[in-house]
Amino acid sequence: MGKTLAEKIIAAHNVDGAAEVSAGDLVTVNVDVVMANDVTAPIAIESFNAIGVGEVFDRNRVMLVPSHFAPNKDIKSAEQTRTLTRFAELQVLEHRFQVGRAGIEHVVLPERGLVLPGDLVVGGDSHTCTYGALGAFATGMGSTDIGFAMATGKTWLKVPETMKFVYYGERQPWVYSKDMILRTIGEITVDGALYRSMEFTGPGVAALNMSERFTMTNMVIEAGGKCGFIPFDEVTREYVEARATRPYTPFFADDDARYVSVHEFDLSEMEPQVACPYSPDNVHPISQIRPEKVDQVFIGSCTNGRFEDMAIVADILQRTGREFHPDVRVMIIPGSQAVYLDMLRQGWLELFTLAGAAVSTSTCGPCLGGHMGVLAADEVCVSTSNRNFRGRMGHRDARVFLANPAVAAASAIMGRLAHPDEL
Amino acid sequence: MKLEGKVWKYGDNIDTDVIIPARYLVTTDPQTLAAHCMEDIDQAFASQVQPGDIIVGGRNFGCGSSREHAPISIKGAGVSCIIAESFARIFFRNAINIGLPILESPEAARDAQKGDTLTVDLVAGTITNQRTGKTYQASPYPPFVLGIINAGGLVPYTRRELGIDITG
Ligand code: SF4
Repeated sequence: MGKTLAEKIIAAHNVDGAAEVSAGDLVTVNVDVVMANDVTAPIAIESFNAIGVGEVFDRNRVMLVPSHFAPNKDIKSAEQTRTLTRFAELQVLEHRFQVGRAGIEHVVLPERGLVLPGDLVVGGDSHTCTYGALGAFATGMGSTDIGFAMATGKTWLKVPETMKFVYYGERQPWVYSKDMILRTIGEITVDGALYRSMEFTGPGVAALNMSERFTMTNMVIEAGGKCGFIPFDEVTREYVEARATRPYTPFFADDDARYVSVHEFDLSEMEPQVACPYSPDNVHPISQIRPEKVDQVFIGSCTNGRFEDMAIVADILQRTGREFHPDVRVMIIPGSQAVYLDMLRQGWLELFTLAGAAVSTSTCGPCLGGHMGVLAADEVCVSTSNRNFRGRMGHRDARVFLANPAVAAASAIMGRLAHPDEL
Repeated sequence: MKLEGKVWKYGDNIDTDVIIPARYLVTTDPQTLAAHCMEDIDQAFASQVQPGDIIVGGRNFGCGSSREHAPISIKGAGVSCIIAESFARIFFRNAINIGLPILESPEAARDAQKGDTLTVDLVAGTITNQRTGKTYQASPYPPFVLGIINAGGLVPYTRRELGIDITG
């Protein structure tokens, strides 16, 4: 019987050296990279210290990124970041991530070639699954698990079963990978991939650029998934060769691998999708949604805060010559400082600012209701991020609609939920 | 080990953003977190929960963010155990790792009502509802996970595995 990507990568990292593992096996594995952020690192460091080994297992492979409340929004968050940066200095960690130079972990780590195809990555953040776009096994864990991995270089895992998703047909205008993943989550629901791996395949996936691939695997956790994969190909190779910091080995699923289910999507019938409050699986085609007035539009996050996402917004503004609606707060926040610099060089900071947006340095910020655009009761927000749970971006009665960057930009211009074709 | 407590009943897909909203993630103190536990979905919980009470959820309890603050806030509130139809993966690990008992039993979860008294035998993995007199068997833990639970969490478990003197 052939093997899935999850089975192959886990087998290659098995500390027992067993040649094969299968879905359902409980194994201890060596990890390539351990990551945490300003919210999860403080508890991970506490657990690490309580374990008492003194030094991290490998100072090249532990990465602590201040992203959520960065730049520090208040004294308490400043103290959390200080815990993280002091620890990085004390342990002489090779890779440091400073405000002004870094950004959101899931944008920064791939961008710098620090996570690579075939890697096994554990991160103290549920969206660690993003790195699956590179063909890495990457999964989110809590802080104590991360403290354990920092101390030992190992973690325990149950080898997941795998669901296969096949996308085919010609993509329609204004449809992006965000719509593909939203539609998928809408179909299988928020626990449809619980404890499972999701392999995304087919010509519709092969045609995606790396940025769009990250958007897709980013939201695996919104279906309850443990990890997601996009098969390694020339697009991955080109992206990785330009930045890899060490050698890597890509893995490939066998043709006769065992999948618990196969789901097919015809892109020629897919229009832009929107996830309505209060769940990422409350997904509807945009044509079926009431064009509600919006108070805020957020373009950014680890889902859609990359250069290509910003390019979509810039293109819409340039082509239409329009400005954002005067009654809408538009927050445009790049996923990393590298993206910020690219925006600056393209002239987009000026373009976005003249159109009426608040453009800021990289941060998670409003995505988790941290700062830089927290919502009041009853406010409506269109967001390119990944979660619209109750209270996620502010008050429990605020309502968040998740969409792709083009729909977000169109809504920001129209002052209500809008299809880009309406411009 | 036997637990007994009153039920706080919630539905499906209780996410970690409602268990503890991100605006409170600027501390790791269990008591401070407990004061805001569940407040976006049940404002009575934090002020009325009694030590030993039991949370009963539906499917996919604890979905969303990896924040360990979620089980920490529940444990800090004095909750003795969580029973659900199913748990989100990261939440399940986090609860085990910090020594918060957590049991999967779809029938027990569905039958329990707010205010019921449940008796839980963690060793046998049984749940008894005192109102109905019915007893349920929860899904067993894998032996390795049982090892972590018996050690009192992942940190003491690791210290023992690595041969680090626990008294030291
Ligand atoms: S941008 Fe949002 S989803 Fe992504 S890591 Fe930050 S808080 Fe989490």
